Amino acid sequence: MKKEFVCISCPVGCRLTVWDDEGEVKVSGNTCRRGQIYGVQEFTAPMRTVTSSVPVEHGRQAMCSVKTAQPVPKERVQDVLRAIRALHVKAPVAVGDVLLEDAAGTGAQVVATRRVEDRRKYS
Amino acid sequence: MVRNVEVAIIGGGPAGLAAALAAHKAGAKNVLILERDSFPGGILQQCIHNGFGLHYFGQELTGPEYAQRFIDEVEKIDSIEILLDTMALEVTPDRRITAVSPEHGLVQVQAGAVVLAMGCRERTRGALNIPGTRPAGVYTAGCAQRLVNMEGMMPGRRVVILGSGDIGLIMARRMVWEGAKVEMVCELMPYSSGLNRNIVQCLEDNGIPLHFNTTVVEVHGRERVEGVTIAQVDPATRKPKMETARYVECDTLLLSVGLIPENELTQGTGAAMDRVTSGAVVDAARQTTAEGIFACGNVLHVHDLVDNVSAEAQIAGQSAAKYAQGRLDKAETVDVTPCGAVRYVVPQRLVKGEGEAALYFRVGSAVKPARLTVKCGDAVLKTLKKPVMTPGEMEKVVIDLAKVDGDVTVCAEEG
Ligand code: SF4
Repeated sequence: MKKEFVCISCPVGCRLTVWDDEGEVKVSGNTCRRGQIYGVQEFTAPMRTVTSSVPVEHGRQAMCSVKTAQPVPKERVQDVLRAIRALHVKAPVAVGDVLLEDAAGTGAQVVATRRVEDRRKYS
Repeated sequence: MVRNVEVAIIGGGPAGLAAALAAHKAGAKNVLILERDSFPGGILQQCIHNGFGLHYFGQELTGPEYAQRFIDEVEKIDSIEILLDTMALEVTPDRRITAVSPEHGLVQVQAGAVVLAMGCRERTRGALNIPGTRPAGVYTAGCAQRLVNMEGMMPGRRVVILGSGDIGLIMARRMVWEGAKVEMVCELMPYSSGLNRNIVQCLEDNGIPLHFNTTVVEVHGRERVEGVTIAQVDPATRKPKMETARYVECDTLLLSVGLIPENELTQGTGAAMDRVTSGAVVDAARQTTAEGIFACGNVLHVHDLVDNVSAEAQIAGQSAAKYAQGRLDKAETVDVTPCGAVRYVVPQRLVKGEGEAALYFRVGSAVKPARLTVKCGDAVLKTLKKPVMTPGEMEKVVIDLAKVDGDVTVCAEEG
């Protein structure tokens, strides 16, 4: 089955056609090698980094932004978001703190991307 | 009491933080940042998606992470002070700053050099004059972004987005990921000014339609938005074709329709302004025509990559420190003017001399393939070819200053 993608590796935005030629993934429409790599990846296993933000108990800010430390399979994004929504986070939080070891069985960690200090230290 | 500082910086976002570090490294004995928000980091605090820093750090970071790297550096340096919750009200041509804050009351600062790093703000519904009622539920995309990502509040459940700039695209995905339904993104132009990456990963991934040549012609609802009327526009005149009008039910309209550099303070300095960028006219040191007053980041011209903001702010911070210490020589300048498809060039002036200067520019419409020529009189200083140049992407060309002996033109043409 042939699939069409727009290459996102640079602003040119080549239109790629990707298909499985008896076990070998072929790409056409690309102008350079990065398009080939992107096309094969999107065709075989599209991956996405998920970012969100979660409430922080007694934080100086209401929310702490988070991300998956590794990209997760595209079709698992909703499950990962659900796992992030269930998180319960308490201040203080530092950038890089692991908030969840394995997001929805994808093997990806969820880490904090901002610092949130404890509000009670400041009042 | 008037505080004396070598370098004062207005704004503690990406531009202000990078300028402060550069001023310190260039030898400024003390640096003061005035920031009106309660935390430093500026707009990056709410840009929680990733894709920042590929050029500057060689690594993909989220907005808050990118900001934190600069905040960590600044916090290590005792001679850089940040006044938070502090709003600058005036900057005079002789570099006297008046600011107010709940904690310090009236703050008066006399600076050896000033760096303007106030950033930009979003165009609002008022700037667009969309007809209809005035219900709650019309937000700029950036305002919605702050509410969702920083305050933890959802502005609505059923959303139409007008404008396909990057903030609009990013917010389309964000709203869906938080459980809202995004009906569509409407774009007045026949193309999007957003990155392909965002069209693919924000819209296509989530099945959100993008309608080109389409705009919102009326907002409906008494207390709250109940729907909008959209219509296609004539691609030539951009006027709505009312026979194509249709009603779309929604409770929220997000606007992502452009950014305006926030230059009210700049005007008080008497600095000459560029009518195309809506920012100040600067030389390669990012000095405005008001002596000792420098500008960088989105207050100077709207950038698409924060990496470029950091690089520009370094130049401004470094030059400001030099000026404050009497080490920035005054010199004659030549003008840099855009031509062909080039809409603007920053810096708009150059000081003749040694070394290299990077010129940043943007085209007014897509040029494919593009040929760039930088000329000084009849002499060609540099040529460059690219498969495509688009209005959404800032371009850069480096020239040799030794060859500059008069006004410079930067020209992009098809071919
Ligand atoms: S194939 Fe190469 S040239 Fe075409 S969009 Fe992808 S990276 Fe750019």
